[in-house]
Amino acid sequence: MTDSEDAREGEATPPERPLLENGKPVQKPDYEKGSMGRRSFLGKIGAATGIIGAATYLSKAPEDWPLSMRDDSGHRSEPKITPIRLNDYRIEKSAAASADVGIGRGGTPKQMLRKALDGIGGIERYISPGDIVLVKPNVAFDRAPALGATSQPELIEELVNMLLVDCRAQEVRVADNPIESPADCFMKTGLRAASERAGGRVYLPDSNAFKMLNTPGAKLIEEWWFFHRPFTNVDKVIGVAPVKDHNLCYASMGIKNWYGLLGGRRSQFHQDIHEIVSDLSIMIRPTLTILDGTKILMENGPTGGDPSNVVTGDVVMAALDPVAQDSWAFEHLLKRDPNDLPEYLHKSEEKGSGRVDYTGRIKEIL
Amino acid sequence: MSGPTPVDELLSKPVRKKLRLTNVRIASQIFFFGGFILLCWLTWTSRLEGYPVSRILEMDPLVMISTMLSTGYVYRYLGWGLLVLGLTLLAGRVFCNWICPYGTLHQFIGWLFNIHKTKDNFDRNRYLDVYYFKYALLTVFLIMSAMGALQIGLLDPICLMYRSVATVIAPTFDMTVEQIPGVDPLWIDNLKFAPGVSRRVFVGSFWIGLMLLILVGANVYVPRFFCRVLCPLGALLGVVSRFSLFRINRDVHKCTDCDLCLTRCEGAADPQAAVRVSECFSCMNCIDDCPEDALSFSMVGLDTKQVQLKPDVSRRRMLFSGIIGALGYPLIKIHGKNTNENFSPMLIRPPGSVEENEFLEKCIKCDQCINVCPTNVLQPATWAEGGLEGLWTPVMNFDISHCQLKCTLCSEVCPTGSIRKITVEEKLGKGEFVEEGPIVLGTAFFDRGRCLPHAMDIPCVVCEEVCPVSPKAIQTVDEEVKDVFGEITLLNKPFMVPDLCIGCGICQAECPVLDDRAVYVTAVGESRSDERSLLLESRAKSDK
Repeated sequence: MTDSEDAREGEATPPERPLLENGKPVQKPDYEKGSMGRRSFLGKIGAATGIIGAATYLSKAPEDWPLSMRDDSGHRSEPKITPIRLNDYRIEKSAAASADVGIGRGGTPKQMLRKALDGIGGIERYISPGDIVLVKPNVAFDRAPALGATSQPELIEELVNMLLVDCRAQEVRVADNPIESPADCFMKTGLRAASERAGGRVYLPDSNAFKMLNTPGAKLIEEWWFFHRPFTNVDKVIGVAPVKDHNLCYASMGIKNWYGLLGGRRSQFHQDIHEIVSDLSIMIRPTLTILDGTKILMENGPTGGDPSNVVTGDVVMAALDPVAQDSWAFEHLLKRDPNDLPEYLHKSEEKGSGRVDYTGRIKEIL
Repeated sequence: MSGPTPVDELLSKPVRKKLRLTNVRIASQIFFFGGFILLCWLTWTSRLEGYPVSRILEMDPLVMISTMLSTGYVYRYLGWGLLVLGLTLLAGRVFCNWICPYGTLHQFIGWLFNIHKTKDNFDRNRYLDVYYFKYALLTVFLIMSAMGALQIGLLDPICLMYRSVATVIAPTFDMTVEQIPGVDPLWIDNLKFAPGVSRRVFVGSFWIGLMLLILVGANVYVPRFFCRVLCPLGALLGVVSRFSLFRINRDVHKCTDCDLCLTRCEGAADPQAAVRVSECFSCMNCIDDCPEDALSFSMVGLDTKQVQLKPDVSRRRMLFSGIIGALGYPLIKIHGKNTNENFSPMLIRPPGSVEENEFLEKCIKCDQCINVCPTNVLQPATWAEGGLEGLWTPVMNFDISHCQLKCTLCSEVCPTGSIRKITVEEKLGKGEFVEEGPIVLGTAFFDRGRCLPHAMDIPCVVCEEVCPVSPKAIQTVDEEVKDVFGEITLLNKPFMVPDLCIGCGICQAECPVLDDRAVYVTAVGESRSDERSLLLESRAKSDK
């Protein structure tokens, strides 16, 4: 038997000579019995102990120790979702603005929008140069704009244009989470084309676009999935809503419009519709809410579907107080009895989102 | 031979090497494969602007011939199939190795995983008797088509490829790219096949994926297994290619019988012996591999004894497959899954679909409609909805989503007219279609034992809110009730007006009673069939 060290040396010096014993070549054994040195033995034992020890620590150390992976209750492995909070996007009302709600009447949609904004002191007062502004239209269904179920593209185009050109906003985003296919709804309503023509960027929701939102004080959506992607680094938020009939909650206007940012199983909220809509009024504190009274869906809402359901109006509203705005629109645009005012407006007032009573807080520009 | 021609002088040796026919072929394959993926990517609501996204299907002559046999007519653009037939008459089965995206996929995978020695490859590329099988399959499929049961879509390579991309590859790709961190999601939207919707699912797509995996994986064991053994389109082109003008010819005087031409022979066409024209994919590899320059792709007439024109199928085998085809039709019909008396309530076809028997004569299961559907409501039918005959044809699954009112995309892309091309006006029964009324997909029903306002005095009526027709097909009876906790609530109790319902399924899709919806749509009442109607007469129409 040869020493293993010698064998290694032998390999290094070719050619290897055949081993001779009594003058005859001796066949090498197929394998050689190795022997483990002390160092190697200790090293292996050490490594094994280390690995087993580390594994034991990770799995068995008390749960509050660093790096511990122990989970006795099974609760530690539950996915942890850290809710986020939204900023308050409101702006202090300047002294110069006398009203909380501006109403622009007559002319083209562009003129009406301009008048409405002038009623609350002009848009430049609310948007600073370099702002990232999010515009939230209502794109719920794949309807043509004339059917009044969605926001009017002319108004959105005008607004985006105004924000980029007049207010010198850095970026204008347009986003909604429609009930029907988002890609399709944005196309059929003409809102994608309108936004992009004016230079806005359209954000469509997909599975990764939602985050858990924490809204302190909300009853139903204290924590709920929220279409958050377009809100990343946003400075100002403007809602642009149509005025629509709604069988369950009587009317869908400026506050109800925020429903379109919810994700998750939102159809459950119809079981307590007035609570959810008033929750929405505190979920988002928008810079401005704009109501589009140029195409008013008087019946068969909120989907519409027939031109006969739509009345053409000549009003655009812009408001700092969405509750007062909805209250006025319910009475004057949908032409309903103010005694039937949706309960959610009163609830919103209770939650501190504004005041139902609009008397003396309105500036109408003809 | 005379001296070098001016052309020879122009083409220096390195240029010549680059211009080898095999390189041109690879360029063509990349072009068509890329084009195919591009067309699948374009098959989406925001990109489809009149692009001919189903053109490769429409160029498939097997689709043309089999639907012609089953219906007697050639739909819309299916005449494009003549282009491929003409090409085959000119140069043999070039389609298989120059155009077909499925063939390209097989060749690529086979090349990637080929770890065999050159010598072993000789044997892997020799003709085997079992390669006749595709001709038998073609016979079975064509006879069944002629009798009225179109099943070629199961194995037609183009249908198979479109189907695999639509229901497996595209959603897998989308799911993967949306996970890439740190990239602007608006930019990722440009990559995705279906941007701007939540993650799409396709019921039973596992089996479609498994079929793709097995067929593509088979290349490791038998090169071009699918193309050589199963492909019915290849078989059709193989039959036609006997008349082709150009083919691989072997100069026996130069040939030294070295068998090197077998190294990369894609079709197992025996170029080392009498070339089997029906098997040859015109891949041109053998010309590259021949050290003696004995092989050429040239006009007929050099040496007719050195080729075998006809497919190697005996008369007995043809007779056998003919009998099986003739038996296949009754077998598939007697299964009884799709008669007018016994059809699945879930067999709800997309708008524009023709009457069910006619539908089954036309649908090639390519699932282009499923790919283009912007709401994901269209799903490949499983055994439960359509039996074998309807397997992987499009059905609507309203638990997943609904049919959007103003969308007719599925009818735009359907290559065979099983979903006839319709306009929004026709779908909604407006304009010149007022007389016909809207296209009705099925009828919605309430399960009042599960409906929240009806059964539990809890307000809800999401169904009524989303009902898209005007006037609404779901209306409510409003009443104030005192619930068990003493609260007085105003309940809107929904009910159905079947005369107005178009079966779009949005009520079912939005119903919060998730697992077994309190409002659900079944196929009865669909307007495409008089045999499956529900109401004698629509009260809504007679009023007007």
